[in-house]
Amino acid sequence: MSEMAFPFAVLPRGANTNATPVAPLTDADRKPLMKKDVSADHPTWCPGCGDFSVLALYFKLIEKRRMFHEKITTVAGIGCSSRFPYFVQAHGAHFIHGRALPFASGVALSRPDLHVFVFGGDGDAFSIGGNHFTHTARKNVKLTYVVMDNNVYGLTKNQTSPTSPLGYKSKTDVWGAKDRPVNPIKQAICAGATFVARSSSTNPNHVLAMMEQAMDHDGFSFVQILSECVEFYPGAFDNANPRKGGAFAEVPKEHDVTDEYASYRLAEDLTPGKFGVIYKVNRPTKNANEAQIIADHQAKTAGLEPWQILKKNFDRMK
Amino acid sequence: MVSKISEAVIRIAGNSQDGIQAIGGFLARLAGRSEQEVMTFMTIPSTISGGPSIFQVRIGSGEVLSAGDEADMLLAFYDHSYTAHLGSLRKGGIVVYDSDHLKPEAIPAENLSKYRHVGVPISSLTIEAIGGTGRDKGKNVYALGLLARMFDLNVPKLHRLLQERFTGKDPKIAETALNAFNAGYNYTLATAPELFQFKPGENVGQAQVVMSGNEALAYGLIAAGVRFGAGYPITPWSDIMELLRRELPKYGGQFQQCEDEIASVSMAIGASWGGRVAVTGSSGPGISLKTEAIGWAVMAEMPLVVVDVQRGGPSTGMPTNIEQSDLNIAVYGGHGDSPRVVIAPSSVEDCFYSAIEAVNIARKYSTPVILLTDQGIATRIEAFKEPDLQKVVQDISPDYSAVTEHKPYDLSAPDGVTRHIAPGTRVASGKYPVVTGLEHDELGHPTGSPKLHVQMTAKRRNKLKKLATELPAPVVYGAPEGQVLLVSWGSAQGPVQEAVKAARAAGKAVSSLHIKYISPLPNDLEKIFEAFTHVFVVELNDEGVNGIGQFGGLLRVRYADKKIRGITKCDGLTWKVREILDRVAALTA
Repeated sequence: MSEMAFPFAVLPRGANTNATPVAPLTDADRKPLMKKDVSADHPTWCPGCGDFSVLALYFKLIEKRRMFHEKITTVAGIGCSSRFPYFVQAHGAHFIHGRALPFASGVALSRPDLHVFVFGGDGDAFSIGGNHFTHTARKNVKLTYVVMDNNVYGLTKNQTSPTSPLGYKSKTDVWGAKDRPVNPIKQAICAGATFVARSSSTNPNHVLAMMEQAMDHDGFSFVQILSECVEFYPGAFDNANPRKGGAFAEVPKEHDVTDEYASYRLAEDLTPGKFGVIYKVNRPTKNANEAQIIADHQAKTAGLEPWQILKKNFDRMK
Repeated sequence: MVSKISEAVIRIAGNSQDGIQAIGGFLARLAGRSEQEVMTFMTIPSTISGGPSIFQVRIGSGEVLSAGDEADMLLAFYDHSYTAHLGSLRKGGIVVYDSDHLKPEAIPAENLSKYRHVGVPISSLTIEAIGGTGRDKGKNVYALGLLARMFDLNVPKLHRLLQERFTGKDPKIAETALNAFNAGYNYTLATAPELFQFKPGENVGQAQVVMSGNEALAYGLIAAGVRFGAGYPITPWSDIMELLRRELPKYGGQFQQCEDEIASVSMAIGASWGGRVAVTGSSGPGISLKTEAIGWAVMAEMPLVVVDVQRGGPSTGMPTNIEQSDLNIAVYGGHGDSPRVVIAPSSVEDCFYSAIEAVNIARKYSTPVILLTDQGIATRIEAFKEPDLQKVVQDISPDYSAVTEHKPYDLSAPDGVTRHIAPGTRVASGKYPVVTGLEHDELGHPTGSPKLHVQMTAKRRNKLKKLATELPAPVVYGAPEGQVLLVSWGSAQGPVQEAVKAARAAGKAVSSLHIKYISPLPNDLEKIFEAFTHVFVVELNDEGVNGIGQFGGLLRVRYADKKIRGITKCDGLTWKVREILDRVAALTA
């Protein structure tokens, strides 16, 4: 019985990988990556889609912050916006509907050397993935979640989304939506997110600033970016676009981002609401807590090989 | 009178808060230290506290394959334990009962003629020995003392076990436990009809470890190098999760309790992509929830270990009973063509090694591997030869060094198997892979190409067919030809092999074949089947609308052989040897 048919094997790296030794590169030798270096497939989005802007600004962020290919980790679920990883020439994962956050948490927790960006839409985030949004925020897993919110299901062609406003006429609510929409900002703060910000794809500089601050935040950072679906919900965010007669109102300078109740009040009305960092506090991250647990335990097993640690347990089971 | 015996089946029946598992555990551990074989069978009610509970331990000097059909001794704490379990006692067996609860005059005369009765006022004597504090506390240890006397067990070893168990707590507790034990041991067993003594064990000189199947499986995962896991509480899987949560930090690893089953499988897959195969697990209902994500791991060809500790289903079913009814979901669960590996360990020891194998197969074939155990193996305690940990414990640290170029789904890869590079790995060509659930090209980018879907589907199938060629051929237990071949999988192995022994002793041409690798199956099984008139697949599930159990159905499909039939049951209990033999007799009559 104790014979194993599949003993340990060192896996060859050459099978589908050209593992010819690669000369080391120091960061100093490397140039910032430009759009041409980091763009991959041509986006499948409709011409005019707000998501193009978010993608372009992700590229800008990569260039500005001198991020290099191997460390760029992009994760998404399912939806129009969730196609994102295919358009980025870097490590990417396109996971199942609604579960991008736990997948990304698995990466973030096991790979503290990476900062994971998760991109998705409102259905992915607040409907099918609602439970994960709450708990990832609560646990304060260090990663950045960018939700491109278009208030509609686009990939499946115009059904009511959790952020569709009352009265929105979709194929599943031909008489106009009757269910009260989710307020993603209040929900994020309530769940325990430590960085909550809003932007709109029509204001590129602002999008870049929000993503950059989110990336620099030590904790779960959530950015809601209004991103118009020109096909099914054109004009949805005109009221946030000065070029269309709307107003892009930034968060007032005097707002205290650590004041939870003031932040709720600021997020009361999201049509179009205020833009900028609405809430930001520091709380120990899940990553830091786990690292501490590991450090405490490893202090007790210092100098022991894994088999010796296991042997100690087995000796107690005799 | 002292009888020399080579094995004994002792059933202890009471309520779940009586510490019955603790007595069983002490007996099992003692047997392990006495170089004897031991097998236990435990039922725990699914209610939070209270309710009837039993623990059955079979200790033998030779090979012990099952928990035993009938008990030689019953220790009954209450009226209800007496009434419910007397039937499990063999004729002439001894029942020791708590005469504070069951009055001797209430025992029917026909019982007295059939079984030997020993009434001991266990409750009041325990209070007398350790004081009146915890009314029901200490009864178990007192009873252990009684058993130690009746079976002439090694008292110094038991003392040490008690001390080990209660060390760290208030020293008075250990002292109280020893007092309770000694009081039981010194009780004048004037009424005992027979005392026993075990013949020396056969495993002399062999260091044994004693643990449950869930523990063995969890430690196997650690030995295999797993350092990340995620799960959600569900019985009987939770023990594995709790153990990994507690132990992994010592190895620099972590286990995450997630908000739900879907999050836990997703998190484990994410960590696997991070470079090191991770584990998730559950029992029945949780596996249903995980199937979509497992399908992603099949499509993206991501290594992953999924533990399914089966219990009675469907739905919430019988959470604390044994059943082998998740084979179909393990093999076929999920939409689309999604072949994956399914391995079913057969014993506690096998749980340890199968966990390592699962990790190695997941890595080598870049595939999800489902480890299909059940409530029976999960909770029972066995002694087995201590593994050579220095040899077995492996290092699977990922390699993030740069590569020149990489295509995860390379169709022309010489071994046809995907191997991922983790994020953090630089690719000098500047072309990076994407892992995805969409049908994809060789770099992982989506494609609607019919040709590629055909090629990639074949790739995912063929790697498992290749694995099948590497699987060891199962060996027939008994003669390689004859009238009846009993096929077993998972925990049915022990009782089936005992049935074979009994049948052969009675001159019948019965053999058995235990199959551990459920999917893919090892090749050439049909050649084994050819040598028998009947092939009966013995499994703990229902015959279903097609009149054959789940594994039986799979074998029928594969071999299209009408002589493959099922011996199934779903009463939530392990197989009794007698039940198997009776069914064989009926089917061959």
